[in-house]
Amino acid sequence: MIALIDYKAGNLTSVKKALATIGAPVFVPAMPEELAGAAGIIVPGVGHFGATRALDAAWIEAILGRVGEGRPLLGICLGMQWLYEASDEAPDCPGLGLLSGRCYRLGATVRLKADTTYETEPDTTRDTDPDGRSVRLQADRDVKVPHVGWNSLEIRGEASIVEGIPPNAQVYFTHSYVAPVTGDTMAVTEHGEPFAAIVQRGYIAGVQFHPEKSGDVGLRVLRNFMELVG
Amino acid sequence: MLSKRIIACLDVRDGQVVKGINFEGLRSAGDPAELARRYNADGIDELVILDITATIEARRALADTISRVARELFIPLAVGGGIRTEDDAAAAVEAGADKVSLNTAALADPALITAIAARYGSQAVVVAIDAKRESPDSDLFSVYARSGKTAAGRDAVSWAREAEERGAGEILLTSIDRDGTKAGFDCALTAAVSSAVSIPVIASGGAGSLDDFVDVFTTGRADAALAASIFHYAETSVRGLKQHLQRHGIPVRL
Repeated sequence: MIALIDYKAGNLTSVKKALATIGAPVFVPAMPEELAGAAGIIVPGVGHFGATRALDAAWIEAILGRVGEGRPLLGICLGMQWLYEASDEAPDCPGLGLLSGRCYRLGATVRLKADTTYETEPDTTRDTDPDGRSVRLQADRDVKVPHVGWNSLEIRGEASIVEGIPPNAQVYFTHSYVAPVTGDTMAVTEHGEPFAAIVQRGYIAGVQFHPEKSGDVGLRVLRNFMELVG
Repeated sequence: MLSKRIIACLDVRDGQVVKGINFEGLRSAGDPAELARRYNADGIDELVILDITATIEARRALADTISRVARELFIPLAVGGGIRTEDDAAAAVEAGADKVSLNTAALADPALITAIAARYGSQAVVVAIDAKRESPDSDLFSVYARSGKTAAGRDAVSWAREAEERGAGEILLTSIDRDGTKAGFDCALTAAVSSAVSIPVIASGGAGSLDDFVDVFTTGRADAALAASIFHYAETSVRGLKQHLQRHGIPVRL
């Protein structure tokens, strides 16, 4: 059985539905002790990093205990960010620290508002469409945060979690904070800057996007996690 | 690169998809779950179910419609129409909606935006703005409530900014002047709002030709475009539209 951790950061309905579709048996533990029976753990979640405070010392101990026994752990979106040491979104709230690095806001170093006066002209790409009209594509620096929508995955590493994902497959994101690209990063996505979209280190995996909202590619990632669970 | 999203809207009344022109004159366009399945197979990026039912009995049936549609879809699903309270939002989310769209209720009580965002996250809150040009050659856009029937006494750009500050995750912007006319999106309206906020803006109202979508993603600076009639009657396939956009250098998910 897969333990789906509910810490009131978003709704679990669609994650449950996706897991049911791939035939993964799921339970939502009410107490940390119930994790003892879990073959794998999924930490979903959306919203503010501070919401992970609901996962108190007892939960952390139970989760780390299972991970220590080699039980696979998958973090989704906020749940993935929680695997890192910390996040700028809630600096006083530590993460699990299973992966090294600190999460930060997209575009923290660039001004993003569309009505901002740029110090230099933004990089715009001019192109001519088949009808000969001039098309002005959005400037790279003119990216919006939050990052909402379908974006492509660039596979960077060989890992079971990215098995069978076709090149440039697109998945659905909705977030403002990101994890840095490190040696654990198996797929990168660009939104003004590259960030970690899929990570894996042994039995620990994470996805910044929502596999439960990402069509067949998302279901494939969940199946890959289930393979890891065995 | 982030793709421009193509969103199909299902206006649902009494469990059936209907579509009108300028918010009036409805005709039936089929079963919501069946249309959702068709759009999904055709590569739609997202679905919106807009409940235009007036009665409470039929509203209960909406939860059933949402769960029937959500059951087989693994793409984002937004639900709007008649969401007036946190409980209404909760019912939609429980039934399988990923996002709720607030319109009239948010205008009446803007704190509702913050309350629902605090409970489900900003990504789950769409503020729908129905806007109309103050006169045909005006570039000022007034907000209307109650399905376009009542002037809200608000300017569309300032209301969009306030919605963002209060916690909205996206703006669904409909041109009342263009709704159902197939005369093209109101790109001036869309660009004005999109430039004023950091959150994504979904353009709606007026989609007729494939080039209308090219225009709204370039001139209109839209992040997503929503249409109903042109997809319902199979005048345009989603895939065909996306291929057209790709040929014009617009990033899409194909």
